[in-house]
Amino acid sequence: MSAETVTKAAPTGTTATAARRMTALARAELTLLGRSKATFFAALFVPLIMPFSLRTTVEDMDLEEAGLSVGSVILPSAVGFSLLFAVYSALVSVYAARREELVLKRLRTGELRDVEILAGAALPSVLIGLVQCVVLTIACAALLDVGAPQAPHLAILGLLLGLVMWPAIAAVVASFSRSLEGAQVAAMPLLLVSMMGSGTFIPFELMPDRLATICELLPLSPVITLIRGGWTGDLGGYEALGAIATAVAWLVLSVFAVQRWFRWEPRH
Amino acid sequence: MNTKEHVIEVTDLRRVYGGEFEAVRGVSFSVGRGELFALLGTNGAGKTSTVELLEGLAPPSGGQVRVLGHDPYTERAKVRPHIGVMLQEGGFSSELTVGETVRMWAGCTSGARPEREALALVGLSRRADVRVKQLSGGEKRRLDLACAILGRPEVLFLDEPTTGLDAEGRQETWELVRELRENGTTVVLTTHYLEEAEGLADRLAILHAGRIAVTGTPAEVTASQPSRISFELPVGYFPGDLPPLASLGITGHELEGRMLRLHTLELQRAATELLVWAQRAGVELRGLDIRSGSLEEAFLRIAREASQTSEMTAEKEQVA
Repeated sequence: MSAETVTKAAPTGTTATAARRMTALARAELTLLGRSKATFFAALFVPLIMPFSLRTTVEDMDLEEAGLSVGSVILPSAVGFSLLFAVYSALVSVYAARREELVLKRLRTGELRDVEILAGAALPSVLIGLVQCVVLTIACAALLDVGAPQAPHLAILGLLLGLVMWPAIAAVVASFSRSLEGAQVAAMPLLLVSMMGSGTFIPFELMPDRLATICELLPLSPVITLIRGGWTGDLGGYEALGAIATAVAWLVLSVFAVQRWFRWEPRH
Repeated sequence: MNTKEHVIEVTDLRRVYGGEFEAVRGVSFSVGRGELFALLGTNGAGKTSTVELLEGLAPPSGGQVRVLGHDPYTERAKVRPHIGVMLQEGGFSSELTVGETVRMWAGCTSGARPEREALALVGLSRRADVRVKQLSGGEKRRLDLACAILGRPEVLFLDEPTTGLDAEGRQETWELVRELRENGTTVVLTTHYLEEAEGLADRLAILHAGRIAVTGTPAEVTASQPSRISFELPVGYFPGDLPPLASLGITGHELEGRMLRLHTLELQRAATELLVWAQRAGVELRGLDIRSGSLEEAFLRIAREASQTSEMTAEKEQVA
């Protein structure tokens, strides 16, 4: 351990800005994601395969009566799967694993602010989710003849709300577990409920009215509604506002829950 | 802001877990710039609980902490760029390599040393490409130290920095800490190795059950402890056959089988009188052992006395 250099003064490094700190953290997280085969596979390929396994089912649905096409059902669902697997479920594991390894506690001793730690760790997954959504949209447009979006601003807004909301929800869910395995189990209920109830497998239009009203309040539902509406263009102003309000409510609620309940270190 | 004198000021600090267990019960001390302050104590004495409050990881349940003139918890952003922290336990992703870990931390630290320099300082240069999970316990501690000193901190918090290190690694860490200190870094260190505190600390405090039992320079703490004379009672002699103990400056004694142990704050006088008596009486004091008070004795005595007191309190509570 040569200690000669200890005495050298004159700091050579640069000041760590929030962006630089988060980039450093995100880079490490991306490396870790690449080394965790199971998480990497689930995040990268499941959302790409799911929509196409859905195709035959959707084709058998009575869509025309509800004014839907195969493409306008599958495209939002594909984005939904991406948010659920590449972002939500991957991040529940990331937050829980870093907590159990005391990485989060150690990071909190440094200059990173709490929100930077959570955002920096989420960045790779959010980027993967974003790229996936773009790829899936292009694929759907090419293969399923969905045509051009009628109200692209709604689709973009829906996607952005989803990309911000789901990391926050993942952080909340990760707090209700004591181990990495426990976190993966804890992630399941919301994953299943969202797949069944948020219009990914069954469009709201094909659900009984009362059930649809409840299901529209689920966290993934406004995202699906906005993206579908963005493509079909037949989402009324009132419905669009309702969806945005639901998404914002979930976002506010989960940010509050993170501030209140997020656990930075394992339970003793 | 007067940080010239006291870099760290702790006043009546308290920390309660879950509304019940009081881990820190009114601790006060201050650390001057460039000083190395050691917190000693048995496991569960409240060392880590105290240091975590200084690091700003949690708000205190009571009392006040000032680090570089700021509250380390509420004014985290002002304090963090100037401190370095080494937690008691790792906190590094096992799948990252040593180099990747230091690079990540360098990106998060203002004025960070170059990664290679940091690794060289702790002797991990050749381990840069090794995954953290493959490091030995001692190497992990060194990686932790490398990250703690990355930003050339003014104040360095080391929570049991040498636990798990072998003798050589411990020596090397001590050397590095000494060098940092000579360079003006203020260091707060917790340890349960007495020789570590004795060898490194300018001042120390021995914590027991969440309170400071004794504090001062290692020499002061040692001097406040009674010295010890022990020997085997000669055959046919009883303690009553010795000169009156109080007149020798003996403050207490214990008899264990034939071994007699005497405690005194005036070692020279007591030893002289005893040896003169032995010479006159023509007896040989077998197994004679004369030793000055040590930090170890101070430590053990405090632990013993305090546990007796707490047992008595517990009994009283039961009676009540």
